[in-house]
Amino acid sequence: MTAETIIQSLASGLLMGLLYGLIAVGLALIFGLMDVVNFAHGEFLMIAMYATFFLFVFFAIDPLLSAPLVAAALFVFGAVVYLLIVRFAVRAKANAGMVQIFSTFGLAIVMRGLAQYFFTPDYRSVTHSWLGGKTVSIAGIYLPVPQLVGALVAIAAFGALYLFINRTDFGRALEATREDAGAVALVGIDKNKVFALGWGLGAALVGLAGAVMAIFFYIYPDVGASFALIAYVTVALGGFGSVFGAFAGGIIVGLVEATTAMLLPPSLKAVGIYAVYLLVVFIRPRGLFGSM
Amino acid sequence: MDTAFAERRRRDLIVAVVLAAIAATVPLFVKDVYVQNIMVLTLMWGALSQSWNILSGYCGQISLGHALYFGLGAYTTALLFTKFGVLPWFGMLGGGVISALIAMALGYPCFRLRGHYFVIATIVIAEIGLLLFHNWDWAGAAMGIEIPARGDSWLKFQFPRSKLPYFYFALALACVAWFVTWWLEDSKWGYWWRAVKDNPEAAESLGVVVFNSKMGAAAVSAFLVAIGGSFYAQFVYFIDPESVMGFQFSLLMALPAVLGGIGTLWGPMLGAVILIPLTELTRSYVGGSGRGVDLIVYGGLIIAISLARPQGLIGLFSFKGLAGLFSPKRKEAVR
Repeated sequence: MTAETIIQSLASGLLMGLLYGLIAVGLALIFGLMDVVNFAHGEFLMIAMYATFFLFVFFAIDPLLSAPLVAAALFVFGAVVYLLIVRFAVRAKANAGMVQIFSTFGLAIVMRGLAQYFFTPDYRSVTHSWLGGKTVSIAGIYLPVPQLVGALVAIAAFGALYLFINRTDFGRALEATREDAGAVALVGIDKNKVFALGWGLGAALVGLAGAVMAIFFYIYPDVGASFALIAYVTVALGGFGSVFGAFAGGIIVGLVEATTAMLLPPSLKAVGIYAVYLLVVFIRPRGLFGSM
Repeated sequence: MDTAFAERRRRDLIVAVVLAAIAATVPLFVKDVYVQNIMVLTLMWGALSQSWNILSGYCGQISLGHALYFGLGAYTTALLFTKFGVLPWFGMLGGGVISALIAMALGYPCFRLRGHYFVIATIVIAEIGLLLFHNWDWAGAAMGIEIPARGDSWLKFQFPRSKLPYFYFALALACVAWFVTWWLEDSKWGYWWRAVKDNPEAAESLGVVVFNSKMGAAAVSAFLVAIGGSFYAQFVYFIDPESVMGFQFSLLMALPAVLGGIGTLWGPMLGAVILIPLTELTRSYVGGSGRGVDLIVYGGLIIAISLARPQGLIGLFSFKGLAGLFSPKRKEAVR
């Protein structure tokens, strides 16, 4: 193994890691806002990928152009999921933790079933997109263009999210609600509205990730499952609820995955990610950037 | 000990014996192999969910990684039999002991984690187990293990021609899991677990050794689930990593308890009796070739139950529960 191949795979690990961060950030946002883990997060990614695929097949819209549309559609979807399901789940008097887990798990299973029913279990892919299959050479390192653009989209999305949370009224309301949902009601902020918009925003972010993923990844009903687990690990590494922890967590996961793939057989590359998760939470039970 | 509780426990035991006796006679009337198959699966999932309920329901440590113990049970039995000719009965015990030990070894670091960190740790650990078995050539790797047929025999626990012996074993397993739960409910452990679930800090301050009691729950739970896994391997004759250690098994163990009532004595069995036949029937009559209708029904049911009756369906089966449906709590409060 030469230094060149090591740098090569670390570079692609970094790109993938930024995308993992983008996939996970919606999950972190929602958790930080209301202490709920969305166990259907992977399925949000899945429908975003299908939406991108169908926009491409039926309307010949390239994933790069459809990404904002998909994000907008997912925004609506996320808000609706909050209003129809999660709003009631957080009110549960008995077995509160359990109800949150299983109501979103139920949603995940329904979405997977619907995808199988309407889209069949076949593997799909977006063929001949603008970026698909292209590579670019930077200082002797070959990088796949879709992942490179995906990583740039992720960085841009994190930047925009930072400005949004710190500079807009809604962003401040979001921060205030995550600090103390009871107190914001006293100053006239409708908690439910903030939660619904938070779910919308979280879903829109994973929608963006899904549109980019659709360029270079197969699309099938169970595609969300494996990415969801990586997203949970990413979010937990960064400390649940920490939006920028998810950014750092994503990069760590990407690099660890690339390193494991170099050392172990490819089928075991996820073991490295899982092992790092366990190692981190055993030492710091609230994640790397979580408050103790 | 208050007498109403003792009375309820005595009644539970009598009801259980009667139900088990009735269940034992059912195959005398129902000869259809397809239906018998569903009954075996129902009893097996009921037993598994009952075992899961010990750690996750009573002790409140939600595990979504119990597929690991199910798979360990199945693999231990199958490997010992095919590689060394060890009878499945010893394999079953061995699998149970190995699983209980591993559950405690994993519990040692994991029980320090709280909430979602714990749940995700259980998923991740089971997933690591799955990947390791996938790459373990001696254990068949991704190809899995086929258990060679040696003809009808209780000694080798193989019955290619009849479902009945499987049915009675599954019934026995369900009875054992139920009885262990029943017995633990009124033991020192049972009280500790409920205290740990409700408020670990308060329990600790009252002298409950929280950590040890979680370890105990994990060991009992894993042991029983592994026995179920051994049984499953003998029942289907073929195992591979996905078919005994996949995440869906962890989920399937939790669901009957969620549906029937988490942390209750009868919840898991009730949930299994509703859920398993429903899934099997939708799968064969509506679902066809894995088109997903079974998943839609399944998931829809989980959402509906967890939102509408978070305490599970079991409460409806008492007089109070039925009456409660018609008289809102407000009235009681006014009185």
